[in-house]
Amino acid sequence: MKIGVLALQGDFREHLHAIAQCGEVGMEVRRASELDICDALILPGGESTAIALLAHNYDLIQPIRARIETGMPAYGSCAGMILLADRLVDGAPGQQTFGGIDMTVRRNAFGRQVDSFESTLSFNSHNLHAVFIRAPWVEDVGSRVEVISSVTTSDGQSHPVAVRQSHLLATSFHPELTQDQVVHRYFIDEVCKSR
Amino acid sequence: MSQETGTARVKRGMAEMLKGGVIMDVVNAEQAKIAEDAGAVAVMALERVPADIRAQGGVARMSDPDMIEKIQATVSIPVMAKVRIGHFVEAQILESLGVDYIDESEVLTPADYINHVDKWNFQIPFVCGATNLGEALRRINEGAAMIRSKGEAGTGDVSNAMSHMRSIGGEIRRLTSMREDELYVAAKEMQAPYALVKEVAETGKLPVVLFTAGGIATPADAALMMQMGADGVFIGSGIFKSGDPAHRAAACVKATTFYNDAKVLADVSRGLGDAMVGINVADIPVPHRLAERGW
Repeated sequence: MKIGVLALQGDFREHLHAIAQCGEVGMEVRRASELDICDALILPGGESTAIALLAHNYDLIQPIRARIETGMPAYGSCAGMILLADRLVDGAPGQQTFGGIDMTVRRNAFGRQVDSFESTLSFNSHNLHAVFIRAPWVEDVGSRVEVISSVTTSDGQSHPVAVRQSHLLATSFHPELTQDQVVHRYFIDEVCKSR
Repeated sequence: MSQETGTARVKRGMAEMLKGGVIMDVVNAEQAKIAEDAGAVAVMALERVPADIRAQGGVARMSDPDMIEKIQATVSIPVMAKVRIGHFVEAQILESLGVDYIDESEVLTPADYINHVDKWNFQIPFVCGATNLGEALRRINEGAAMIRSKGEAGTGDVSNAMSHMRSIGGEIRRLTSMREDELYVAAKEMQAPYALVKEVAETGKLPVVLFTAGGIATPADAALMMQMGADGVFIGSGIFKSGDPAHRAAACVKATTFYNDAKVLADVSRGLGDAMVGINVADIPVPHRLAERGW
């Protein structure tokens, strides 16, 4: 299995490292021809506006949408979660997404950088140390979406931060920045190989 | 559930998210909007771009909080702002405004000619300039979560950025080839903490993200720095001192992503209009060179 990582901007090298740690083959994807030879795709952390704009300029939006619609497994962290959302709150005006997951995502939901945080949460019955950086959260999900992890904010509200809809996985946090490969292994073993 | 803010990991991690991107100097909300629309990963809010600081002279300071807040209200991408070297009160003010990154910058007039800000005291991450590896490691030791190589800001002359990237890269490569018992003297010679010198020798890279800055004016300049190993670029005067800022900004963003693809670089270099006029660094008297500030 070849796992592509969208390499337009952001921490795509960290995702490639995590893929290698899991014993799989990763490759950088900047063009549609590179996307064609991938079996799965990871959308990295980064600046979602910049990634969407570059994807638009280099005609990647339709090809990625088409692959997602025809069942290619995909995983997005942080900016990648935003890019997999069908609906966006607090996006830049006109900001596009690839979509695929029936959810509304609020961009920069936890606040600015001063509010970025680390925390321990439960992910698929593992205790996971998670890093949130100007992170989004999920406002609402459709009936086909499974909420895997949530975070409770100081106002007592619970917000989903890891979700799955069949072949698509998204997290608000950055498992690529820690040494624990639980999320990448889940994507490879449960999401990709169950298909 | 306990949530920890302001950790080294979230500070350094924030810089990881900017990699492969362009951070643009802007002096007002209109410019910030143009930068965001062009695909900038962040904007640096400042009162005068380096080219104007150079032309007008005088003491250059932190920007007006009103101006920074207007920019924060206008764009959704991260907003950075500069403080004078060693001016920890300017940094406290920027922290209270909630800027996303503070640049302790040699482009402003230094407030302290001996000490830099103790950056561990802040929740907000700092980026600092460096001309060589020792300077970079001293800044990291003080708490910098991101380093940018210094060029000669406000000139449009990329030669200083080039020599500093070569210097930092060369010193890293030299450390990785040393015997372990030689690293003590290497640390002494580069006036950097031994623990950080040892870490660089083992990993072959800085422990934080390395951007480049100063004198970058064209898409080709941006790609040159990326091919030299920069994780991303700051463009200061180069965009908004040029003939067609929106077009040039978008071209520099594309060049930073496709830095290895000469066909894309040729394509984005076409029809950009006038680049900033520029000054040769060699023509600037040594006491007026900004890159030499910092110690």
